[in-house]
Amino acid sequence: MWPKRWRKKSGQEQPGEAAAEPRSAEAAEIAEDAPSDPPPEQRDAAPAAGDVGNGKREGWLSRMRKGLSRSSGKLGDGIGAIFTKRKLDDAALEELEELLISADLGVSTAAKMTAGLAKERFDKEVDPQEVRAALAEQVAERLEPVAKPLDLDGSRKPHVVLVVGVNGSGKTTTIGKLAKQWADAGHKVHLAAGDTFRAAAVEQLQIWGQRTGAPVTARDTGADAAGLAYDALQQAQREGADVLLVDTAGRLHNKANLMAELQKIVRVLKKLDDSAPHDVLLVLDATIGQNAVQQVQTFKELVNVTGLVVTKLDGSARGGVLVALADRFGLPVHAIGVGESAEDMRPFSARAFARALVGLDPEE
Amino acid sequence: MFDSLQERLGKVFEGLSKVGTLNEKDVDNALREVRVALLEADVALPVVKQFVADLRERAVGQEVLRSVTPGQQVVKIVHDRLAEMLGGEQSEIQLRKEPPTAIMLVGLQGSGKTTTTGKIAKRLKEKQKQKVLMASLDVRRPAAQDQLRQLGWQVGVDTLDNVPGEPPKAIAKRALQKAALEGYDVVLLDTAGRLSIDQELMDEVKEVEAAAKPSETLLVADSMTGQDAVTTAQNFQEAVELTGIVLTRVDGDARGGAALSMRQVTGRPIKLIGVGEKLDALEAFHPDRIANRILGMGDVVSLVEKAQESFEEEQAQKLQKKLEKGKFDLDDLAQQFRQLQKMGGMQELMGMIPGLGKMGKQVKNAQFDEKAIGRQLAIISSMTKNERRRPEIIKASRKQRIARGSGTTVQDVNKLLKQFTEAQRMMKRVKKMGKKGLMRHGLPGMGGGGGGMPGGGMPGGGFPGGFPGGRG
Ligand SMILES: Nc1nc2c(ncn2[C@@H]2O[C@H](COP(=O)(O)OP(=O)(O)O)[C@@H](O)[C@H]2O)c(=O)[nH]1
Ligand SMILES: Nc1nc2c(ncn2[C@@H]2O[C@H](COP(=O)(O)OP(=O)(O)O)[C@@H](O)[C@H]2O)c(=O)[nH]1
Ligand SMILES: [Mg+2]
Ligand SMILES: [Mg+2]
Repeated sequence: MWPKRWRKKSGQEQPGEAAAEPRSAEAAEIAEDAPSDPPPEQRDAAPAAGDVGNGKREGWLSRMRKGLSRSSGKLGDGIGAIFTKRKLDDAALEELEELLISADLGVSTAAKMTAGLAKERFDKEVDPQEVRAALAEQVAERLEPVAKPLDLDGSRKPHVVLVVGVNGSGKTTTIGKLAKQWADAGHKVHLAAGDTFRAAAVEQLQIWGQRTGAPVTARDTGADAAGLAYDALQQAQREGADVLLVDTAGRLHNKANLMAELQKIVRVLKKLDDSAPHDVLLVLDATIGQNAVQQVQTFKELVNVTGLVVTKLDGSARGGVLVALADRFGLPVHAIGVGESAEDMRPFSARAFARALVGLDPEE
Repeated sequence: MFDSLQERLGKVFEGLSKVGTLNEKDVDNALREVRVALLEADVALPVVKQFVADLRERAVGQEVLRSVTPGQQVVKIVHDRLAEMLGGEQSEIQLRKEPPTAIMLVGLQGSGKTTTTGKIAKRLKEKQKQKVLMASLDVRRPAAQDQLRQLGWQVGVDTLDNVPGEPPKAIAKRALQKAALEGYDVVLLDTAGRLSIDQELMDEVKEVEAAAKPSETLLVADSMTGQDAVTTAQNFQEAVELTGIVLTRVDGDARGGAALSMRQVTGRPIKLIGVGEKLDALEAFHPDRIANRILGMGDVVSLVEKAQESFEEEQAQKLQKKLEKGKFDLDDLAQQFRQLQKMGGMQELMGMIPGLGKMGKQVKNAQFDEKAIGRQLAIISSMTKNERRRPEIIKASRKQRIARGSGTTVQDVNKLLKQFTEAQRMMKRVKKMGKKGLMRHGLPGMGGGGGGMPGGGMPGGGFPGGFPGGRG
């Protein structure tokens, strides 16, 4: 179950309430009941390592929109430029397709989307706003089935979530965010510092443990990750944890030895609980291009990925490859990352994502 | 998903006209496929469009070469243009004459800045005997400073001690002070990851730049990056004076189109590539290799390369020695013919790879007259040891004997000897170029019977090395 607080919070961002307010950054901030920004002079002073969360708080929607104004803003402008008082002809469709390609949808997915649009409105006079909305609808339709929150199974003690992905995609941060959400919802969270490879990866997770009050099972860098995962599950079971989040070292999907190591972690977890891991999250960075397809394919094949998390959507990248991924794999997208702090995670909304993609206000 | 490219190109090229000049329709068709290939390789759209327009100009009206198919010719043009745009000359990190040199690494979150900092430190220390100091300016990511310190231990390079609460600019200043006082040659400044649209953090990095005046500012970017490469590169370029790009995770299987996008947008060279997580996994950038990868014709190239390698490694060394002594005899020529035969055997190999069968055949037809090579080898083997060493002693009667022994005519023997003289003359010229030149250009003077090495027809012309296999 998604924590109540989460639900309420995201509820506040829904059209109803926000619609009464002007569509401004402030509105989003208020909706998010964020602590007020520190005065500028304080911002400059570097926050201590543990303080990232308080350094810079800005509504995520406003941040996402800011990102949009840069990149999909471009996309939006592009559509505007093409379609002001214009027929939806072949040339227009081709340009439209290219604009979707610019958002990382990939050539074939972009072609599918424009084909869908053409079927409905070919040769009709269309205005830019109409085209955007229609496109967003097409995208949202494809994404709707995969927009599923991550539910904790209360009968599992603990519910084991294995977090995997390529290097630097945001696994550890995502674990910190999930730990925060679940801890705030009253769940007993346990963490396993399974990245025993990268320098200070253990320390990084330990800081997240401190921030969220979750105990962390850790060994020294260089230790066997599978052995550590085993210890962590044992400890979590002993302590009656509701959920165990297992961090792993980043690995490129084309490295057979590293993928085998991941499979070993899964095998070892099963020794203690043959239903574990109950979820295997693949964390994808929104800046990724078409290589995401191979990534998902391989991780899914080898460690049975059950869902995706897309991080860094507060940046200029739109993560359009997600549309292709939804088409091809149909894996649930559980959440998105919109910042570096513990609270910068949101449930995945197909509609908001789709609208952002084509340069429209995500929450309208 | 990308495997289909070779087949697709294969199909298009099959349809291209076989003679005359490349006409506009042929080129259009081929370029449409090339465009898709580039986009699937994540080259940014504006860059693709410009690139394709460029290519059309070059390709249309080009004389179809006799020895290669028009398709191969287009591939070659595309490849060459890609490599050219990626930067012809290799460029490394520039150190200042008066130390310390400050080098700043910037980029998005998780792109590989800290790891790359450690790698560069190791490289400068071990290869260039520099005294290096690293400083972490990352006050945001949990344990980021710890991470750099640990990397420092691993490579035996000092890191600046961090003081809690110290802002990035002050850290940079302190690092430079320490370097000046304690005689460090290079100061590496590892910065926090930042989104290029985060004005506050982009201002911060500008301030650091103003304070540290780095002589190198490297944008560290992930080779898996999609279309956003343009936005990110552009924004960083606007904010700071970039001097180069480091591409990370090249050990993955992304086609790496971001390399081209970023290179185009910033006009800055790609200086280094990260090919693994370990600290020695940093390499110089070879435009040719990335060009092959983006184009997705790497298989052909590596096959050719394999044959070429055996040639390079053993033969070039032997040859080099002989050349140094001013000797090149008929035994050497025979060696080269055997090499060519080996290359000919590649057509079988190629035939086994889907989509490449055709290319294999073309290699056969165009490049190797295997019978002719066999004949030439027979002639040489009918000579005495002495004759092979000192061909000048081969006069009329010897020629007749050799022709009989090899089942050829005196004319054939003459042709071979002429070819040999030509090769010998070229060898002397090559001698001046040294081993490198020899390896790059293959054996000159082989243009007669066997046909030139397939430099013209193969994508990758100059037999570039394969893509580096990185370690994780
Ligand atoms: N802006 C932004 N940065 C993120 C997000 N998620 C993670 N990061 C940053 O990305 C970098 C890598 O994250 P980390 O969790 O260490 O990645 P890992 O290597 O996959 O464990 C860190 O600097 C994080 O702060 C996000 O949603 N938005
Ligand atoms: N496979 C591979 N991993 C790399 C490479 N460069 C960095 N990494 C990994 O990418 C992740 C993030 O790197 P880091 O240096 O912390 O990134 P930063 O956030 O930009 O400082 C780590 O897991 C590194 O080990 C590379 O060239 N190849
Ligand atoms: Mg991690
Ligand atoms: Mg770092």
